[in-house]
Amino acid sequence: MGTEDNLKQLPLDDLHKAANARFGGFAGWSMPITYPLGVMKEHLHTREKAGLFDISHMQLFDVAGPQAAALLSRACPLDASALQAGQSKYTFFLDDKAGILDDLIVTRLGDEHFMIVANAGNATADEAHLRGVAKDFDCTIDALDRVFLAIQGPQAVNVLRDAGIAGTDLAFMNGFEPKPGWFMSRSGYTGEDGFEIGLPEADARVLVEKLFADERVAWIGLAARDSLRLEAGLCLHGHDITPDYDPVDAGLLWAIAKPVRETAGFIGAAALLAKIATGSAKKRVGLKPDGRQPVRTDAELFDADGNKVGLVTSGGFGPSAGFPVAMGYVSKELSALGSKVFAEVRGNRVPVDIHSLPFTPHRYHKG
Amino acid sequence: MAATYFTEDHEWVRVENDIATVGITDHAQDQLGDLVFVQLPDVGQSLSKGDATVVVESVKAASDVYAPLDGEVTEVNEATASDPSLVNSAAASDGWLWKMKLSNPDQLTGLLDEAGYKAIIG
Repeated sequence: MGTEDNLKQLPLDDLHKAANARFGGFAGWSMPITYPLGVMKEHLHTREKAGLFDISHMQLFDVAGPQAAALLSRACPLDASALQAGQSKYTFFLDDKAGILDDLIVTRLGDEHFMIVANAGNATADEAHLRGVAKDFDCTIDALDRVFLAIQGPQAVNVLRDAGIAGTDLAFMNGFEPKPGWFMSRSGYTGEDGFEIGLPEADARVLVEKLFADERVAWIGLAARDSLRLEAGLCLHGHDITPDYDPVDAGLLWAIAKPVRETAGFIGAAALLAKIATGSAKKRVGLKPDGRQPVRTDAELFDADGNKVGLVTSGGFGPSAGFPVAMGYVSKELSALGSKVFAEVRGNRVPVDIHSLPFTPHRYHKG
Repeated sequence: MAATYFTEDHEWVRVENDIATVGITDHAQDQLGDLVFVQLPDVGQSLSKGDATVVVESVKAASDVYAPLDGEVTEVNEATASDPSLVNSAAASDGWLWKMKLSNPDQLTGLLDEAGYKAIIG
């Protein structure tokens, strides 16, 4: 339930209230958690048709200037100068120990122009961090005030096309500015094809009305957003990745290209390279509990002899999978697929299989 | 004759002779959202008022259902364990959770009637 005191309101809060959303606090924002459809049907609707998510709590940073690429190549384990215009890349802010401060999507919009999409809970810290690093670089950072919408699901592209929205020819992980004040990318965090659109509030109201003329579209709340991303094996910062984990622990080295590691020009490079050399004692894995009982965040994991071997960092029920799903960290020796560990749930030890991620196959539009 | 009582923890209690049937209210199931797991007590288990007796889990969270009265479990509704959505669709009828033989029927006077419960949920 939570209190709504001191929570920031989404610019489209009135639309969610009109849609009879149930609200809850998340990262300082009053967010629609579910709509009358309910989390199960909202989740399945997204996988079958098109779900519309208000993710305006997330923060867009516009980075521009002659040294914008150089700044991002310092702040992130990324060669921003190698990105093509329109190309998006999943990356991070790392600390000096290569701990993950936040995970981000960076899109190159022009020679000297980039867009960063950052998590709501880290927005303030990210901005301070980025501005600190930027002192040595000739560029500007603008924290944008936008409505940010995600439309996700196999019908998302058709819905946008039928609504006359430009950008439906984008390939996944590409983005552009369709008109002044707009940012649009083919991306998302559900495992489905889809788009994310940042735009001014007045334009957003027009767009939302247009989209809801299409019966394939339904509002989807934060609860289903979480179950969708968990089934898709995607990390939630603050849970599955935190400054206590580095990209080696988290199995996210794929996001850091080899030449970037070799050049080692980013913050945290020395620690990351050392960690790559020694390897990680723990590994992020998918977890499938036996039976129907969900195993949730912060449940401890044990081996058959009762030794503590890990921790669940996200857990719940997978409506598309049809069984409980979770992810977390286990010691390397027990991280192979099919290994068995035991989660402590209210005093009982629930058997849990190490399972491949994602639980539900990704259906991105590779173009 | 059966009488139905309610608790501030959003349970209903239907009492016939000295057997009480317990479930969660429609308001409670609506607040919890889609249930995916129900953990029932053992038949024969003795309960004290306030004991966490059943766990109901939605997609997002786990919640306890408390014993509204002292007594002993006489029957559990296995149908809710095999199909937790039954609690969502029929909280006040087929989605009952357990039956118990009351050891202290005087405690019934501490429960709410329907009007009292409705006043609480507003």
